[in-house]
Amino acid sequence: MSDDIVNIEVDGEAVEARRGQMLIEVTDAVGAYVPRFCYHDKLSVAANCRMCLVEVEKVPKPMPACATPVGEGMKVFTKSPKAIAAQKATMEFLLINHPLDCPICDQGGECELQDLAIGYGRDVSRYNDGKRVVKDKDIGPLVSTDMTRCIHCTRCVRFGEEITGKPQLGTTDRGENMKIGTYVEQSVDHELSANIIDLCPVGALNNKPYRYSARAWEMAQHATVSPHDCVGSNLYAHVLRGTVKRIVPRANESINESWIADRDRYSYEAIYSGDRLMRPRVKENGAWRDVDWEGALAQAADVLKSADQDKVALIATPAVTVEEGHLLSQIADHLGTANIDHRVGRRDVSDQDNDPMYPSLGCSIAEIEQHDAILVAGSNVRAEAPIIAHRLRKAAVAGAAISFANSSVYEYLFDVANYLSGAGLVELLAGVAVAAADGNSLPDSVTELCDGVTASGAHKDVARSLAEADRAIVLLGNIAGRHASYTAVRALAAAIAELTGASFGGLSEGPNSAGACLAGVLPHRAQGGENRVTAGLDVASMLAQAMDAVVLVNVEPDADIHAATDAVARLAEQAFVVALTPFVSDALLEAADLLLPTGTFAETSGTYVNVEGTWQSFSGVASAVGEARPTWKVLRVLGNLVDAPGFDYVTSVDVRDEFVARLGEISTSNAYEASGRIAKVNGADAPANDIDIPLYSVDALVRRATALQLTDEAQRARAVSDG
Amino acid sequence: MNRAITYVKTFALWELLRGLSVTLRNFFRPSVTLEYPEEKTPQSPRFRGLHALRRYPNGEERCIACKLCEAVCPALAITIESDVSDDGTRRTTRYDIDLFKCIYCGFCEEACPVDAIVETRLHEYHMELPGENIMTKDKLLAIGDKYDAMISADKAADAKYR
Repeated sequence: MSDDIVNIEVDGEAVEARRGQMLIEVTDAVGAYVPRFCYHDKLSVAANCRMCLVEVEKVPKPMPACATPVGEGMKVFTKSPKAIAAQKATMEFLLINHPLDCPICDQGGECELQDLAIGYGRDVSRYNDGKRVVKDKDIGPLVSTDMTRCIHCTRCVRFGEEITGKPQLGTTDRGENMKIGTYVEQSVDHELSANIIDLCPVGALNNKPYRYSARAWEMAQHATVSPHDCVGSNLYAHVLRGTVKRIVPRANESINESWIADRDRYSYEAIYSGDRLMRPRVKENGAWRDVDWEGALAQAADVLKSADQDKVALIATPAVTVEEGHLLSQIADHLGTANIDHRVGRRDVSDQDNDPMYPSLGCSIAEIEQHDAILVAGSNVRAEAPIIAHRLRKAAVAGAAISFANSSVYEYLFDVANYLSGAGLVELLAGVAVAAADGNSLPDSVTELCDGVTASGAHKDVARSLAEADRAIVLLGNIAGRHASYTAVRALAAAIAELTGASFGGLSEGPNSAGACLAGVLPHRAQGGENRVTAGLDVASMLAQAMDAVVLVNVEPDADIHAATDAVARLAEQAFVVALTPFVSDALLEAADLLLPTGTFAETSGTYVNVEGTWQSFSGVASAVGEARPTWKVLRVLGNLVDAPGFDYVTSVDVRDEFVARLGEISTSNAYEASGRIAKVNGADAPANDIDIPLYSVDALVRRATALQLTDEAQRARAVSDG
Repeated sequence: MNRAITYVKTFALWELLRGLSVTLRNFFRPSVTLEYPEEKTPQSPRFRGLHALRRYPNGEERCIACKLCEAVCPALAITIESDVSDDGTRRTTRYDIDLFKCIYCGFCEEACPVDAIVETRLHEYHMELPGENIMTKDKLLAIGDKYDAMISADKAADAKYR
């Protein structure tokens, strides 16, 4: 028998447990439920609610299961009279100061205290003295507080200390006077902060935008996937009479654990924003007029059919689903054009032939925390993918050396090994590459870039940490992806990885860059990654030339297109622009000639391929707003009208299945092979103004989510952009 | 012998007379029929008729939009929408009862933690136009205001049994 295994007995049943495990983990594993409030498997043990008291043989007093390590021969009784009496006594104390306002409490119906009061509470209170009342705090636009309801489990406090690393909530005073608060009045504003709503076992911390609008029992729960970043966090949408009322996390250990970013939670507000396009509209002589779907689609098809085949352009975003991408690239094939692209944010496409066919992170999301050294280059990772940032933090807390290379300095809530900044990204990475080579020869592709570059001490530190680590990775972020010299940045990062023996990967933009690449929403590659015979035009070139017809799929030209400057004005000059869009904006009214209302992620079904290559399908969860239709259905009918063959899909699953069958076996790859020596960048190393997209500006939904826009973070970003 | 008796009874209209004797007896008994609508049967204070929403004496709506009545309603006759009111409290923005669906079981009244929804003694009402069967929040509050005295008296009469 190994020393690590101890034998204990739970309710008379023999159980093996690991030495050092807490009792509650063992009882949970064998299905002997012990009531608890403060214990949470992602947080440290506090043992301050005392609800999980159990009887242990030969111990005179009941023991808290969450804080009692198992010992050899221990006999535990979770449902003995002594244990039940202890639990009931604890419950009575907890209820002394808890208000009896369940009918107006948003937690009512899904409240841990309410549930356990059924099993362990008395039906009549013996307490006749005054109840404690605590003033509510204003902790920002996302989380509402009713602090009188607080039972001081300190889950929210531990979340701030252990998960986000930004301990804004804390306790003051003790005993009866103990209060949870922010010490000085301020908002709780980490990008994962709203997870304290789910952690709170009572109604003290609740969802502010959702406040009082529905009850837990009347909503239907539908699984969906986050459309805001490359992680694809798993979500549940809670829907009442066809309307999304709130979003909560769907636990998935390999992707988002049990957390979601605040923008995943609150972006649903945009679905019901005043900006929604309610029915198709067409511009005639500069004036907009509502039209019916038949007329609008017929007009779009006419324009596409009569257009010169080289002068049709199809532009999507990385938020396009696999199904939409598949339909779009088939329409492009049928029309005989290769002018199709989803890389609206990428400024430098000169090296696109060497792009990975199935771009990925280079490891799974969960594996990030197993690395010993990580270099994150060109990334504001907390804004680009908050869940990845959380995994990086876990790695750092476990002792990994996390380094950053960025022109600007961003705040990270853990010990950063080295932060290279103060210069252009190419210059910073060239320094690290030179340090990594350590006098040996550099890969041929970057010799010119590194010519004359000397490595500083910090560069050497980064290179050394990567080289000495058992497991290291170099990650490129979205800022690198939008960099004007992306080719050079990527070649240097790949060279660093090669020289230090690290793996190489990147965060992609939007929820489905990988899916869009596979579906052939690229000018130079057809479906499955094969090169097209003749490459089409990328986004910037499409906009620079006079086109007969441009189709925008869920693109906001003013905010989404970074590949070209002046996108709105250039689109306005095009002969005919069809925009499939959920939202109407001044920029679209100026740029487009025909607006077709499409559904948001909640109203459509589809599939996203996330950054680790996981395919996640979701179905539509909410009723369509106005006359909006799912984008894939619009594209399907448009395909019929332009006589594309094989467009007889009934569901989006048909589209996906056909695509998957056509794709065959394919696995992620990040192998980067430069095609030659990359020339020195001159002047293109300075960061552009909009190269960093703030946390709450990443897509059309987030930009219209009222609560998110009220956060300090969004207001700070707006103040910066307004100058 | 029996045949002879039957024969005589047949011609003496014996059965008819027996029947008429019931009529004759009741003719001299006091009448139990009520001349509705001039006369009405007495009602229990627990009578379950038309619904009403009540207010507190200071005019504040009692209903807090907890939706327990909606949840308990076996006929799914109640539809509620709620939101934060101007003074920050939890209030309904819509409170509809479909009288065609309602089975007058009184569960809503039982479920209500603040005695807001009640079933009054009113049972004489009708609808003429489609849609009138939907009792909106305004209509329910108006009934509550108009019959407040009656509702309060009924509640008081029943209180000692609760």
